[in-house]
Amino acid sequence: MLTSITHSQIYVLDQDEALDFYVGKLGLEVGADIDLGFMRWLTVCVPGHPERQILLEKPGPPSMSEETAAQVRELVTKGATGGSLFFSTNDCRKTYETLLGLGVEFTEEPTERPYGTDCGLRDPFGNSIRFSEPKS
Amino acid sequence: MSRAAEESNRRLLRARDAMDRGYAEPLDILALARIAHVSPAHFTRTFRAAFGETPHRYLQRRRVERAMFLLRETDRSVTDICFLVGFGSTGTFSRTFRDIVGRSPRTYRKEAATVATVPTCFTMAWTRPHT
Repeated sequence: MLTSITHSQIYVLDQDEALDFYVGKLGLEVGADIDLGFMRWLTVCVPGHPERQILLEKPGPPSMSEETAAQVRELVTKGATGGSLFFSTNDCRKTYETLLGLGVEFTEEPTERPYGTDCGLRDPFGNSIRFSEPKS
Repeated sequence: MSRAAEESNRRLLRARDAMDRGYAEPLDILALARIAHVSPAHFTRTFRAAFGETPHRYLQRRRVERAMFLLRETDRSVTDICFLVGFGSTGTFSRTFRDIVGRSPRTYRKEAATVATVPTCFTMAWTRPHT
């Protein structure tokens, strides 16, 4: 049987810019940054949780044609590729204030929900990210 | 797809996010076009090309989706809900709601079933009525 999720993937349009955002602003950690020759294998994870990696993949050949990559980029920038990440936090408002100060683009301010407090943001490319503080 | 078009998409998405967030405010095309860094006429045209409907219609559907939520989950009056979600008059609200949902707000409230709780961005995107 399946035992855990080790890697999830989202598309980013520029891996250096993705690093600035996911590590420099969100505070994730680089899990792997390896030039495989045919691709740059770049993953990030929540500090202390290397068992769950997010692959920041750049669409392009030879994985897909230039034409398809252009379509993927078009969809990412429309916020239409899926590419949703959900994080938990121990202090939603404080994290929100910190990230807002770093210039992160929020789509929703911290809001009370039946399950806790959460908010939404986008990465520089259009992917949707949320984080929430579960009700204790 | 050029880099310029991707940047244009991204800015239009930012304006669309502003509608999702600020639906209760009196949003106008001028302010949204400013977010997208384009002229108002160009904004409406490019928004439609990117997302398949005018910004005005998108905002109406966002407001109606919020109204549907409040009709289902609260006991607020239809008039209260109309203004809470950003409509300027009950006449416009009723007409727009019926046009989009196919039923009046009161009928919808009577017939609606509750929706299970999942992360709200999915509820928002998937319970939004069609055009």
